[in-house]
Amino acid sequence: MPVLELNNISKRFGNLLANENISLALDAGEIVALLGENGAGKTTLMNILFGHYSADEGWIKVNGEILPNHTEAAINAGIGMVHQHFTLADNLSVMENIVLGTESLFAWRQDRAKASKRLENLSHEFGLEIDAQKQVSELTVGERQRVEILKAIYRDVKILILDEPTAVLTPQETEKLFSSLKDLSKKGLTIIFITHKLHEILSVTDRVAVLRRGKLVGEVLTKEADKNILSEMMVGHKVSYPSKKNQQYGDIVVELDNISTVGEKGESSVQLHNITLQVRSHQILGIVGVSGNGQLQLARLLSGMIQHNSGTMNLFGNTIEKNSPLSMIRQGVARIPEDRHTEGIVGEMKLWENLIGERLSLNQMTHFGCCIDKKSAIQHSEQLIDDFDIRCSGTNAQANLLSGGNIQKLILARTLTQNPGFIVANQPVRGLDEGSIAYVQTQLMDARNRGAGILLISTDIDELLTMCDDLMVMCDGYISKVFKAESKSISEIGLMMAGQLGTDNTSIN
Amino acid sequence: MEILELLLTTGFWAATIRIVSPLILATLGELICERAGVLNLGIEGIMTMGAMCGWMWVYQGGDLWTGVLFAFFIGAVFGFIHSCFTVYAGLSQHVTGIGITLFAASLSYYAYRLLLPSATTPPKIVPFENYAIPFLAEIPVFGEALFNQTPLTYFALLLVPIVWYVLYRTPAGLAVRMAGECPVAVEAQGINVLRVRTFAVMIGSGFMAVGGAFLTMSAFDAFYFGMINGRGWIAVALVIFASWKPGKALFGAFIFAGLEALQVRVQQFSGDVIPYQFFLMLPYIMSIVAMIIVARKARYPRALLVPFRKGERI
Repeated sequence: MPVLELNNISKRFGNLLANENISLALDAGEIVALLGENGAGKTTLMNILFGHYSADEGWIKVNGEILPNHTEAAINAGIGMVHQHFTLADNLSVMENIVLGTESLFAWRQDRAKASKRLENLSHEFGLEIDAQKQVSELTVGERQRVEILKAIYRDVKILILDEPTAVLTPQETEKLFSSLKDLSKKGLTIIFITHKLHEILSVTDRVAVLRRGKLVGEVLTKEADKNILSEMMVGHKVSYPSKKNQQYGDIVVELDNISTVGEKGESSVQLHNITLQVRSHQILGIVGVSGNGQLQLARLLSGMIQHNSGTMNLFGNTIEKNSPLSMIRQGVARIPEDRHTEGIVGEMKLWENLIGERLSLNQMTHFGCCIDKKSAIQHSEQLIDDFDIRCSGTNAQANLLSGGNIQKLILARTLTQNPGFIVANQPVRGLDEGSIAYVQTQLMDARNRGAGILLISTDIDELLTMCDDLMVMCDGYISKVFKAESKSISEIGLMMAGQLGTDNTSIN
Repeated sequence: MEILELLLTTGFWAATIRIVSPLILATLGELICERAGVLNLGIEGIMTMGAMCGWMWVYQGGDLWTGVLFAFFIGAVFGFIHSCFTVYAGLSQHVTGIGITLFAASLSYYAYRLLLPSATTPPKIVPFENYAIPFLAEIPVFGEALFNQTPLTYFALLLVPIVWYVLYRTPAGLAVRMAGECPVAVEAQGINVLRVRTFAVMIGSGFMAVGGAFLTMSAFDAFYFGMINGRGWIAVALVIFASWKPGKALFGAFIFAGLEALQVRVQQFSGDVIPYQFFLMLPYIMSIVAMIIVARKARYPRALLVPFRKGERI
């Protein structure tokens, strides 16, 4: 008898059919991957299982018994969930976060000694070491995830759901997580692993269930699968990714020498420290690092949105004294921002207005530099919509109604038609479906082949290894020396991401 | 010099503790609500209601302690109304709270008039009497001041460690604090956030009402219009001053009450040099200054003012 059985689950959000007739059965001790693109319905399905949402149709059985639809029942049935966005209270201790709900609310005291003993045993057994007295706000992201997993095991779960658990981890932390998961499954725990990263599935799971547009499109045993099969199942058709051909580098387009920033008064984000780098024409330089280690500041500096306090910055051979977005645009710097919804487009405005925004600051498409030449603006926009295959209802469509992939195409269309000499791309494919990823990557690769220099920032090492000529690692606002993408192993890069940059001026070593 | 001598009189300290009692009850009440993530600006009205109900209960022939219980119950009912709007319906906590204050205060006056249509001077009851704790009350100055008070004062002061213990040492207290920090985490652990919050708001509102009842049943012996006189708002400020901690709340209440007791006495010395309104103002100015100093670094409950809706797309 399967431990967990989902039968014909359907769920609607307004017009969107998030889950459609999904049936799935799991055995004890299995690690099953739930694979699918963003918006395929993975998280919805698991939230139904955990009682956060109620299914419109279908039923769930745990150990042969129907599971009522509320979180308490799911927990009592031994289901634990580690959410993509952690559900931890920052101002409380690790211990408090873990024991919440394990004792009767009407008890007059907590047995703290017993609780810490139990927690200690569990963390030893599964290699999930943690200081239980620390406040959650003092923990790293990897440690917080450990707390989430401990929270579930502390309650003796039989089924553990992990939603995109590796998105925030370094390769080493991921490695550690996987070995803990394997230990747990040996103890009979059933694990459901939600992901869209193919290589993770191959290294840790027993079986893969693939979702596409709310439907279960197939199940395969991991040992019979490979990347190509899985990606085709996930996307629905073959995807061709760009291939990197070695090219001779051209002139230096951007040069940073010992750049440091101080930031606004009271600003708490990481600042840049002694950043030195060079990007040449025909080169894609990748910046690796766990999110939040200064990449955003670097991207903002290079698109003119913040100022540097020391060091020199050269753009196409000219030294930049006063940095501004306008001067960057005028000199031919293209910007693909990290948060495309808030920094990439003006959501409430129309498609054509978004498409020509940067042109106006160049005094193009205007009558006498003051009135918009709407006719040529619309013409230009229609051309771009065509060239870049932006799926929309027309030039008058409101920009925030487009899908993520189409918003990214809009941004590419706006920036790449200017034939920029330098492109700052911060996480250009994050959250996109495989088809859009391939498209965006192809466009960037073409721009490089045409002679642009590209600075590509990402947290996904695989993405950088396929796209980049050279790599640098950022940690805590410091940057490593540049190295060839092929010259280091993933685990070496992982160590650098954790702080061992191998330079003299790093903060941690 | 005279002021320093004042600080050593039993009368000053006894008055301070008398002023602290209703304040700490109300402050603890507000603190419990806010720890669960719900701002309760109904406090001023709920205190008025408590003052009226407790007093009326005794005036109609009820016993003093059941009067306190009755006030608590009525406070909890208003807390329930508050949470229906703010916790279940997720409406603005500010607007609802002020609505409750206006409604509860007016309702108290209305009920008072309805029940005693012909009373011209406020009728009196026999309030709680001072109970001197043997031996302790004989310690000079502080003993005499602290241990010769009414039982309701002892209850108010004892409530501070009790609330601390419940919040920090029991599973229910942890659930309340967590509901104010990260309601999703509470839900994910299988505890109903809405119930936890409602429960906390009801208990907290009950204590606010008892704070009001202290005025009519212990400090005075009659119910006057406007007798709460902003004590509820002071309690809201004290919660922030105390960084949402019961012990610090008591400390803050003592500072405010001390200044209040002091100003009454200093007025008598100053003669005509300084207008007496200045001294009336003093405790409030001092609490604003204290707030500015302390509250800048305050770590407020993260989910304060944030309604929790289950099953919303995250």
